[in-house]
Amino acid sequence: MTVNGTEYTRDVEPRMLLIHFIRDELELTGSHWGCDTSNCGACVLWLDGTPLKSCTALAAMANGRDIRTVEGLERGGELDPVQQGFIACHGLQCGFCTPGMLMTARWLIDHHPHPTEAEIREAISGQICRCTGYENIVRSVRWAAEHPSGAAS
Amino acid sequence: MQVPSHVEYEKAKSVEHALELLTRFGPEARVLAGGHSLIPMMKLRLAQPETLIDINGISGLSRITVADGELRIGALVRHGQLLASAVAAGHFPVLRDAEQVIADPIVRNWGTIGGSLCQADPSEDLSAAFGALRAIAVIQGRDGSRRVPVREFHLGPYETVVAPAELLTELRVPIAGDGSGSAYEKVSRRVGDWSIAAAGAVLTLSSDGTVTEAGIGLAAVGAGHFVSTAAEDFLRGQPATDAVFGQAGQVAAEHCQPAADQRGPVDYKRHLTGELTTRALRRAAIRVRARAGGQTV
Ligand SMILES: Cc1cc2nc3c(=O)[nH]c(=O)nc-3n(C[C@H](O)[C@H](O)[C@H](O)COP(=O)(O)OP(=O)(O)OC[C@H]3O[C@@H](n4cnc5c(N)ncnc54)[C@H](O)[C@@H]3O)c2cc1C
Ligand code: FES
Ligand code: FES
Repeated sequence: MTVNGTEYTRDVEPRMLLIHFIRDELELTGSHWGCDTSNCGACVLWLDGTPLKSCTALAAMANGRDIRTVEGLERGGELDPVQQGFIACHGLQCGFCTPGMLMTARWLIDHHPHPTEAEIREAISGQICRCTGYENIVRSVRWAAEHPSGAAS
Repeated sequence: MQVPSHVEYEKAKSVEHALELLTRFGPEARVLAGGHSLIPMMKLRLAQPETLIDINGISGLSRITVADGELRIGALVRHGQLLASAVAAGHFPVLRDAEQVIADPIVRNWGTIGGSLCQADPSEDLSAAFGALRAIAVIQGRDGSRRVPVREFHLGPYETVVAPAELLTELRVPIAGDGSGSAYEKVSRRVGDWSIAAAGAVLTLSSDGTVTEAGIGLAAVGAGHFVSTAAEDFLRGQPATDAVFGQAGQVAAEHCQPAADQRGPVDYKRHLTGELTTRALRRAAIRVRARAGGQTV
C-alpha cells in the first residue's frame, strides 16, 4: 500500500488491524489507538481519500490502496493550515484526539471550503475529545477554513 | 487489546467470484463488506469465521439507480452515499432521515446498506426503514437470483434468509405515486448511538386525505420483522388527522415487545414507540401535502 506517498510492502496476518499495521509495522505513531471500538475517532486516517476509523478495518483491506495519516499533512516542512489552526486557536490540550480531528478537519475543508459551525460539529461528531470541550476545536477548524494557505493568507 | 482470532482472507473480484469463494470455503466463510459490525464482533470473538470473503472490490454493487419503477440500491452502497443521494431522498425522505441518525459521519463512510440488513441487529435502523417501505431484497446464489420482501428477510436477531453461499446484491423499493410521503424519528442517548426506540412511517393518502396505505417500521423495540402490521391495519381507511396518528402510535406501542436494557426500561421504550410513530406519521403527512403543493420539506 501507499502511505503518505511512500510505497510499503509487508506480509501480515489477515487478522491484523489497520491501526496496528500503521503504528507497529510502519512505526507511524501519529495515528492514535484509543477506544478500540470505533467510538472515539483517535484512529481516523484516510483510505483512498475517505476518513476511516482504522481500528475497525483490517490491514489486508488496504492492500494496494492509498493511505494518508497525520504525518502526511505537512508539505515541504510547512504545517497544513488545519495544523496551524489548532496551534493558533489552542485546539488541543493533551493531543490524544488531535490526529483524528486534523484528518477529519482537512477532509471537511477539502469538500466544504466554508463549513458552518453546525457542519464542523457534525463532521467531528464521531470523535471524542476529553479536554477541550470542543469549542476550540471548532474555532481551529474555522481558522483553517479562513486561512486556506495558512498563516501567510 | 482486542484482535480477531486467526482467519483467512480472500478478495472477491466479482459477484460470481464471491459466490465461488463462498461455496469453496463453506459455511465457516463470511462476507466482509464495510466490516463495521463484523470486525467488532470478531474482536469480541462473538464471530470467529475461518475465512473472510472481502467484497469491497466488486464494482457494480455501489450504485443507486432508478429502473422499471423501482429505486435500486446496491448492497455495497455506503451509508454516507445513501444519505447524500438526492434521488433516494426525493422519492423516500425516510431514507435520508434514517441515515442522518445512523452512527457518525466516519462510520457512515464505510458501513454498507447490505451489511446493515444482513447484520440483522434488532436495533438496525435501515431494517425498519426498508420494512416500512416494503422494499425487496435481491439475493444472488450460484443458480440465479431471488427476490425476497424485506418483511420476510429477517428470521430473528442476527439471522436472515441469506444462505451461506449467497450474497445480498441489491435493495429495491417500488416508487410510489404523488400521494405518498415518509419520515423517520429516532431517540438515542447521544448523537451517533443506537436507538432507544425509532419509528419510520410511509403514507399514501387519497385526494380527500384518507389513508389508503401505510407502512410502519420500528427499530430496537422487538417488533416482528421490524414493522407494526397492527398499526398499519388500524390506519388504512382512516382520515389522516393528528388524532388518528396519536391512536396509531398507541396501537404500535401496545403491539411491540421491547426488552429492558442499559438504554431504558420497557415502559419507557413503549412510550417512545408510540410517540415516535405518531411524530413520523405527522411528518410523513406534512410531506404528502407539501409534495402536492410542489414543495419539499
Ligand atoms: C460506532 C457504530 C455505531 C453504529 N450505529 C448504528 C446506528 O445508530 N444505527 C444502525 O442502524 N446501525 C449502526 N451501526 C451499524 C452499521 O449501520 C452497520 O451495522 C454496519 O455498517 C454494517 O455494515 P457493514 O458493511 O460494515 O457490514 P459488515 O460488518 O461487513 O457485515 C455485517 C454482516 O453482514 C454480512 N454481509 C455484509 N454484506 C453482505 C452481503 N452483501 N451479502 C451477504 N452478507 C453480507 C457479513 O457477513 C456480516 O455477517 C453502527 C456501527 C458502529 C461501528
Ligand atoms: S480507536 Fe478507533 S475509534 Fe477509538
Ligand atoms: S485534546 Fe485531549 S482528548 Fe482532545
